[in-house]
Amino acid sequence: MNGSNQEDTHRTVERVARESYGRLVAYLSSHTRDVASAEDALSNALVAALTAWPRDGVPQNPEAWLLTTARHSLIDHMRHQQVALASEPTLLLLREESTEMTLSPEFPDERLKLLFVCAHPAIDPGMHTPLMLQTVLGLDAVRIAHAFLISPKTMGQRLVRAKTKIRDGGIQFEVPPERELPQRLDAVLEAIYAAFGIGWDGMAGVDQRGRDLAEEAIWLARVLLQLMPSEAEVRGLLALMLHCEARRQARRAPDKRYVPLSEQDAQQWSLPLIQEAEGHLAEAASRGRTGRFQLEAAIQSVHAERTHNSRTEWSAIVLFYEQLIRISPTLGTQTGHAAAVGEAKGPEAGLAVLDGLDLGVVSQYQPYWAVRAHLLQRLGRPSEARDAYDRAIGLAEDPAVKEFLLERRG
Amino acid sequence: MQFALLIYHSPEEFAMRKNDYNDPHLGAWRAYYKALVEAGVYVGANALEVPETGTTVRLREGKRSVQDGPFAETKEQLAGFIILELPSVDAALEWAARCPGASIGAVEVRPLAPEAMRRGFTG
Repeated sequence: MNGSNQEDTHRTVERVARESYGRLVAYLSSHTRDVASAEDALSNALVAALTAWPRDGVPQNPEAWLLTTARHSLIDHMRHQQVALASEPTLLLLREESTEMTLSPEFPDERLKLLFVCAHPAIDPGMHTPLMLQTVLGLDAVRIAHAFLISPKTMGQRLVRAKTKIRDGGIQFEVPPERELPQRLDAVLEAIYAAFGIGWDGMAGVDQRGRDLAEEAIWLARVLLQLMPSEAEVRGLLALMLHCEARRQARRAPDKRYVPLSEQDAQQWSLPLIQEAEGHLAEAASRGRTGRFQLEAAIQSVHAERTHNSRTEWSAIVLFYEQLIRISPTLGTQTGHAAAVGEAKGPEAGLAVLDGLDLGVVSQYQPYWAVRAHLLQRLGRPSEARDAYDRAIGLAEDPAVKEFLLERRG
Repeated sequence: MQFALLIYHSPEEFAMRKNDYNDPHLGAWRAYYKALVEAGVYVGANALEVPETGTTVRLREGKRSVQDGPFAETKEQLAGFIILELPSVDAALEWAARCPGASIGAVEVRPLAPEAMRRGFTG
């Protein structure tokens, strides 16, 4: 067999793994609730594919092949574990389905249940996103650890603990009942948004967490939308992320310098992404159930008007922030509101909003200090502005943002 | 809980030092220091002279050995340290990422030894 064929097969395995990972893990673990064993079984199947496919050719239904192979591996594993008595029904079930499998490549998509399991209230909220990234997308613990600024060893241990809790803690693989749905769905959306990580990209206030996972977050939101097409907030979240993603190129100058939103060249924004975002937002609005993510997307939508209209309708943004604060009065929302008020009604009014926030809470919140510095500078209070700039610079992580703020500070 | 942020520089970074208060390079460090103090997590800090100024002493079987330069000949050398009072290693890593030293060299986060051991050491 020649090298390029092997390379092709390698790429096919990678592609199938990427597209099918979550579907396979979700299905393999939905009966046993044992996510870790399902992942191990799937890794074994992927390794087997790397040997078998170049030799025998890529099977007609690669996903079904992986599922069958993974399931055999899972049955072997359970036999070795000597859990015969307790798991006999599961083993039987797996075996039965295994024979069916060879006849029909169709199997139910259980990813929605898996997403709800990952963001279950019994699981530490800090682990919702890492669990999703690993079990639904197949990202390894090291990459997740980098994005979440946690030591790889600790991240690995936390993931194992969370999976043990899923297996042993009576967490059901189910779509929550209607009355629990809004709250449970919110946790899923939060977790996806946390992977996206751009909290707010106004006055050089940038939340770095998970920034290189933006594409993965959009992928997750697309999966969720496919599974819950009538949920307005799912579309709201996707629209919000697409709007921010549309500006990725414009956020950095050719020499890698940071460019704040207000100075970005709107012609550099991705029109197809903006149009897609607008489509989802309109569809969400037609359902008549507003929510946090739709409002945040609406704010970004106002900014996006700069592609065909050079000015920003700040008063509209202020109104959206006022609604947003009623639903979700987070520090990020309040800071964004202050910045918008500063643009719509002048720096004095913006500063008054900032002064209303609890000083204890903002001491480590970088965007607050970036906005404060900007407003003080506009008010011609240089020494206070320099102080606030220092706080914003000291709390910033991105060297380009630090550089930008140092320049502004003067 | 106290953590040390150990800041490592490459030779090029040491060479950039001007030992001058008005060095613009220091602006980001001053801002970082201010943020640490204002956040109420700062315990202490200091910078070290360049590694070539170090002298390393060992006693082996009663014999003195004195070596010019730092303890280990590695590319990146200890340049300074900051001690912080923080609730968790997660918080310490967050501050390490904000440290100007992280984007030009490396910052190691290490917990200080338990209080009991430190008391035994200082008497």
